[in-house]
Amino acid sequence: MRNSLIFSVARLIAVRLIFGCLALFLVSMLIFMAIELLPGDFAEAVLGRSATPETVDALRRQMGLDQPAIVRYFSWIGGAIQGDFGVSMSGFGSDTRQVADMIGPRLFNTVFLAIMAAICAVPVALSMGVLTALWRNSVFDRVASVATLIAISLPEFFVAYLLSYFIISKDMFAQSQMGLLLPDFVSQGFGWLLQLVPSFPTLAIIDDAPFWEQVWRLSLPAITLTLVSVAHMMRMTRAVLISLLSSPYIEMARLKGLSPMRVILHHALRNAWAPIATVVAFNLAYLIAGVVVVEVVFVYPGIGQLMVDAVKTRDIPVVQACALIFAAAYIVLNLIADLVAIISNPRLLYPR
Amino acid sequence: MRTAASVPVTAWIGFVVIAIYLFAAIFAPLLAPYGEAELVGRPFQPWGDEFRLGTDQLGRDLLSRLIYGARNTIGIAALTTMLSFFIGVSLGLLAVVRGGLFDHILSRASDVLMSIPQLIFALLLLSAFGATAVNLILILAIIDSTRVFRLARATAISVVAMDYYEAARIRGEGVVWMMRREILPNILPPLIAEVGLRFCFVFLAISGLSFLGVGIQPPTADWGSMVRESATLISYGNIMPLLPAAAIAILTIAVNFVADWFLNQTSGLRDAK
Repeated sequence: MRNSLIFSVARLIAVRLIFGCLALFLVSMLIFMAIELLPGDFAEAVLGRSATPETVDALRRQMGLDQPAIVRYFSWIGGAIQGDFGVSMSGFGSDTRQVADMIGPRLFNTVFLAIMAAICAVPVALSMGVLTALWRNSVFDRVASVATLIAISLPEFFVAYLLSYFIISKDMFAQSQMGLLLPDFVSQGFGWLLQLVPSFPTLAIIDDAPFWEQVWRLSLPAITLTLVSVAHMMRMTRAVLISLLSSPYIEMARLKGLSPMRVILHHALRNAWAPIATVVAFNLAYLIAGVVVVEVVFVYPGIGQLMVDAVKTRDIPVVQACALIFAAAYIVLNLIADLVAIISNPRLLYPR
Repeated sequence: MRTAASVPVTAWIGFVVIAIYLFAAIFAPLLAPYGEAELVGRPFQPWGDEFRLGTDQLGRDLLSRLIYGARNTIGIAALTTMLSFFIGVSLGLLAVVRGGLFDHILSRASDVLMSIPQLIFALLLLSAFGATAVNLILILAIIDSTRVFRLARATAISVVAMDYYEAARIRGEGVVWMMRREILPNILPPLIAEVGLRFCFVFLAISGLSFLGVGIQPPTADWGSMVRESATLISYGNIMPLLPAAAIAILTIAVNFVADWFLNQTSGLRDAK
């Protein structure tokens, strides 16, 4: 009996994994095709009208455009799986740069920042989500609902620059441009509050500094990312819990006279893990996109900034590599959420 | 029965703010003291009587550029949203009416498109096609239409099960009639609520891309690129970059307030998710 249970779970997981791989394959094909979609020849489009036929030919050969697309796709994806993303177009002549060498250290920086933000955001968002669901329609819930709605609407760069501004002008906020615009008592009160805030560094420089020093330097970008992702996660957690709280077995638990906290933590949360895992994965994926803007604001050397620079110079191999990494991270996160949902749901263990 | 008193304060604030923005966008040439890309003073002049909010790095009046920015940024975002809805709704309804393989292929295609983060996908396509305003509108509209397609299809499926739909089909009505006269009127409320949310997303995406320097190109006055151009001033304690950023934030908040109220009114599909 037990063996068959394990078998059925293993089968479910295997199906998910296969679908994940299929999605990755299709997405990689889509990313590769992005340059095929361009009407005309890519080499000509990049080099412009004044390029000589020789340079166009050279670029075409360098990018392998003289070969059929299907051959190029498989050599590209084959290399990508082994960590070789080809040669960047930013080098000249013999001075070529491997895309993998450009991405490697930056990928580490980005992952470091994203993990820091996730460590701050996930617990805060989940606990606040539980509280708002618990005290539904209370003043706290209403205020939180409006506040999260506002937070969702803020562009990442606004939050980032606003925080930088506060940090930069914190010692003399009442005399700063914004302080002078606000009424006196507001700017003085706020300036006094700002004095209590430590002066975070506003540029995220990366060097060989010790670990905690690095964390300290990344605090402002991480806080920005936390602020923009907590709101979404909180609202979704609340929605999930509220739809659960209206189910009959919760009503039953409540009528038995259990305390609301116990109802939530013991009865509701067990069934909520699957949707919450989805919520978290969805928002971590959202964080991946947010990372791009935040890296640019704080001049942080991650792959988001690399990708933006590559888009501007139309360095296609780098853009494709970055897009593939972002898309793979997104798909893997969703896959993990699916697996958590399967494992945390005992009903799936008993085939009907 | 909806009365004015039942509308929450936040929605009222939203309506008023949206009205102000629309007014600024429509009457920009009358409201703005100077032209959109006109060099009228020295760079970085302070706030004063001549230039209400000072001048930017080239000596253009910041207030005028903010007002024209309303026209450009909102206009492009609205156009993109409309296009996205046109594509998404027509394909979604077509998928439901046709059904079968056609529906299957479209659904799987939208699944694949949705499994790439939108900003990343937009960056990828912009690098392939080049960063121009027209490309920006088309690319974002297509990427965003996958979400609209999903919603339109999901809501339309319940209509197809209705008797009046079956009756129209037996009458021998054409595909376009079925889509426009039988399904569309019945799925309109959730779609209208979605317009606000999609607009917010598109608006933030366009601003974000412009901020990154791959969206709307200069000298067009646009809030996202205005933030980028003046960004370094923040280290000197100047709030100039915050003004266009705040303009973006306030409009998005207002639209979200209205959309949230509207969603609560129509409710249903999204709450169940």
